[in-house]
Amino acid sequence: MKLDPKIPAGPLETKWDRHRFSEKLVSPNNKRRITVIVVGTGLAGASAASTLGQLGYQVECFCFQDSPRRAHSIAAQGGINAAKNYQDDGDSVARLFYDTIKGGDFRSREANVYRLAQVSAQIIDQCVALGVPFAREYGGQLANRSFGGVQVSRTFYCRGQTGQQLLLGAYSALCWQIERGQVTMHPRTEMLDLIVIDGQARGIVVRDLVTGRVSIQTAHAVVLATGGYSNVYYLSTNASGSNVTATYRTWKQGAVFANPCFMQIHPTAIPPGDEHQAKLTLMSESLRNDGRLWVPKMAVDHRPPGDIPAEERDYFLERRYPRFGNLAPRDIASRAVKTVCDEGHGVGPGGQGVYLDFADVIERQGQDVVHERYGNLFDMYNRITGEDAYRVPMRIYPAPHYTMGGLWVDYNLMSTIPGLFVIGEANFADHGANRLGASSLMQGLADGYFILPYTIGHYLATAKLLPVGEDHKESRAALQRVTGRISRLLNAKGRRTAASFHREVGKFLWDHCGMSRNKAGLELALRSIPALREEFWRNVVVPGSGEAFNQELEYAGRVADYLEFAELLCHDALHREESCGAHFREEHQTTDGEPMRDDTCFAHVAAWEYREHAVPILHKEPLAFEFVQPTTRSYQ
Amino acid sequence: MNFTLKIWRQKSPDEKGRFVTYEAHDVGSGMSFLEMLDGVNQGLIAKDEEPVAFEQDCREGICGSCSLVINGIPHGPDRGMSTCQLYMRRFPDGAVITIEPWRARAFPIIKDLVVDRRALDRVMQAGGYVSVNTGGAVDGNVLLIEKDQAETAMDAASCIGCGACVAACKNASAMLFVAAKVSHLALLPQGKPERTRRVKAMLDAMDREGFGSCGNQYECEAVCPKRISVRFIATLNREYLRAGVVESGLPAEPESPHAESA
Ligand SMILES: Cc1cc2nc3c(=O)[nH]c(=O)nc-3n(C[C@H](O)[C@H](O)[C@H](O)COP(=O)(O)OP(=O)(O)OC[C@H]3O[C@@H](n4cnc5c(N)ncnc54)[C@H](O)[C@@H]3O)c2cc1C
Ligand code: SF4
Ligand code: FES
Repeated sequence: MKLDPKIPAGPLETKWDRHRFSEKLVSPNNKRRITVIVVGTGLAGASAASTLGQLGYQVECFCFQDSPRRAHSIAAQGGINAAKNYQDDGDSVARLFYDTIKGGDFRSREANVYRLAQVSAQIIDQCVALGVPFAREYGGQLANRSFGGVQVSRTFYCRGQTGQQLLLGAYSALCWQIERGQVTMHPRTEMLDLIVIDGQARGIVVRDLVTGRVSIQTAHAVVLATGGYSNVYYLSTNASGSNVTATYRTWKQGAVFANPCFMQIHPTAIPPGDEHQAKLTLMSESLRNDGRLWVPKMAVDHRPPGDIPAEERDYFLERRYPRFGNLAPRDIASRAVKTVCDEGHGVGPGGQGVYLDFADVIERQGQDVVHERYGNLFDMYNRITGEDAYRVPMRIYPAPHYTMGGLWVDYNLMSTIPGLFVIGEANFADHGANRLGASSLMQGLADGYFILPYTIGHYLATAKLLPVGEDHKESRAALQRVTGRISRLLNAKGRRTAASFHREVGKFLWDHCGMSRNKAGLELALRSIPALREEFWRNVVVPGSGEAFNQELEYAGRVADYLEFAELLCHDALHREESCGAHFREEHQTTDGEPMRDDTCFAHVAAWEYREHAVPILHKEPLAFEFVQPTTRSYQ
Repeated sequence: MNFTLKIWRQKSPDEKGRFVTYEAHDVGSGMSFLEMLDGVNQGLIAKDEEPVAFEQDCREGICGSCSLVINGIPHGPDRGMSTCQLYMRRFPDGAVITIEPWRARAFPIIKDLVVDRRALDRVMQAGGYVSVNTGGAVDGNVLLIEKDQAETAMDAASCIGCGACVAACKNASAMLFVAAKVSHLALLPQGKPERTRRVKAMLDAMDREGFGSCGNQYECEAVCPKRISVRFIATLNREYLRAGVVESGLPAEPESPHAESA
């Protein structure tokens, strides 16, 4: 298999414009006769489905929640980036491009990232037009704040609920298209397999989560906008429903999976408590604009934070990264937290935590200002921990948060299966080995509103698409794969719950394929996971029937996929003998613990192809840097 | 801590439901209410019994999935939070807790504590949007919006669509939900062109879906996890009157006073 990223030739600045002009269009009359499946209604899926509907395609849209408005995107807090330069602080498309490439540690494609920066400004305009109530200045203009890892103020926000407001904007656009009959919405419906006919993606197999009915949905093209897979770690900041099933089962049908080990661990989540804990709650990164991270200089210091004088505190980010201080990018900040905790300076239960302290800003600007900026986050923290962060510093610890890896796509956002497009967090495209804060919302909406609707048109206008139906043998085969799996899950009738397996595999990954990784640990994981998986199929218990509403059955199916996917993650981490971005291999670090990237051997996208009962095959897409020179990413 | 739970169990929409008693043992005070239920469910699953079905996703009070009536109150005893934000330290050790689904004509029960809330989506589809195509929007700073106005719009827009307001209302009215959306869009210049059609269409849809009318009892505001203010219902009523004036052909006031009072 040869991976062709299909990057248009010519200068970076004009690639996208010229590409759009050279793309074929579908005539308005034909659009009516074309059906497109969109799986997912987060920022990526809702914006794509509504725009495709508006263009005249017949859209069949799916999500597993009871309403499209509840997709995981709703939980994003901090904001969305755009190169508007409203603050006149030196921002530009070129700078957003450069920050994103550098932030990603030179492991993303220049052409994609440049395009993302180009369309970013349009996203804000579109959202304003839809009625998104962005924060405003007293003069009535849009307000901005700065966000982790950059030195300009380019982040737009709606209090601490930016994802909610952007998603409700896209959802309202979707509502309009549903009302117009252009989009048919199928909530509480889960995609469980992909149908590939004559090498093209032509449909999906879905299960109606209320009745349990499994059915076939065919179309001319399929778009996956199914989000990320952080929940493979069991505890993460993601919604509990977020999962890998759609992309993983698609992988098994031939779409290659890129950089699965590029996994973002967010520095500022509330530390884990007891083993019953179901999720980790993120404290928005925006808190690092004003909060200072520190630990006691003395190891295992049990004094209350207020009793520790300034000179006995280690403001470790400010010390190690004086130029960026508390705003150092996520991967760097997370590792620094882990390092001080591993050295015994951690605070709170189990020593898993560091202080995030607002005393200075409260003294400088007053509690009201802090309340206005972060009131809801402080409330949330108080509710969960019972502590008042206006008085005692917050405690935070890193948590799995976002997946840069995903299904491989070319410049047109098409996977290696023709007719299968992948957008949003589900693809691997834009963030390299590390994503900057406020850039995922940007990417989801860029893909859905402004990129996919063009590129899919070219495919639909040029591909030869024969009529296919439910009785096609590939459709039947896919249906059978799904029903077979469901009955295996129900009939195992063992003694362990799916959650117990999930917790175990998640802990394994966190220990051996988490914030830092080494060869021995990864090899151990690769030896242990198959045994756990084998036990799962023998010993899992799933009560109830398949022909009814059965949440445990849904969940067990997702856990089964994690148990396979975990292995792919480890294979990828093992192959990448370098430290870059979020991927830190202990073997590859400088004497003072900074990561060592290897551009000679690893300036590539690692794209894995599925093989039944065998180690997946690695394909490499070389990354050429024509416009920026990869440098050592220093934030010191 | 230990608790006795009386949980509504109902296998399917047509079957009759009933309360079943469960014991929850060794509950940590730092556990969330939903984690406590997870624990009960893990015990049931391990015995190959069907776990209690309930809705949840984000577990941080923003997606609007969770929806339990706890001791008779939608989202439980505390104001301004959703079920998933409730922690067990809030309950005395040994307490008896009843747990029921949202009950409203427009929200049929699917199973146990899970109800069908698609009616709220259909109300949104009737008019809860600005009809604007993708592409070609003007620069976001072309229309300036007063900070206070934007903040008030944001207050209204914070609704998470959970439906607790409906569950709390004797008439099962969705007035607060509709008021939040109508006010959010009426307060912003982008939403103004369609305000006349929107308010009528959404209220018609609300009636069609079987939600009742507003009895001015304000139970909705008391349980709303986002503290959406009933003042927005006043805004909604004025928007409705204004729509009537516009439709009768008389001039509506040049600039509405609603914004300030909302
Ligand atoms: C707590 C938190 C805060 C964040 N804050 C920010 C921020 O401030 N700024 C930022 O840029 N990013 C932020 N992020 C990241 C960002 O929210 C996500 O990366 C982004 O929203 C993903 O959007 P998406 O559309 O790709 O997928 P999602 O929003 O995850 O949507 C996935 C959709 O796919 C559907 N789906 C999945 N699988 C199936 C299936 N098998 N069948 C049917 N439907 C399926 C789901 O129902 C859902 O509709 C944050 C993330 C978290 C967890
Ligand atoms: S108004 Fe409040 S209670 Fe009603 S749906 Fe919205 S958030 Fe829920
Ligand atoms: S689970 Fe999302 S609001 Fe409660």
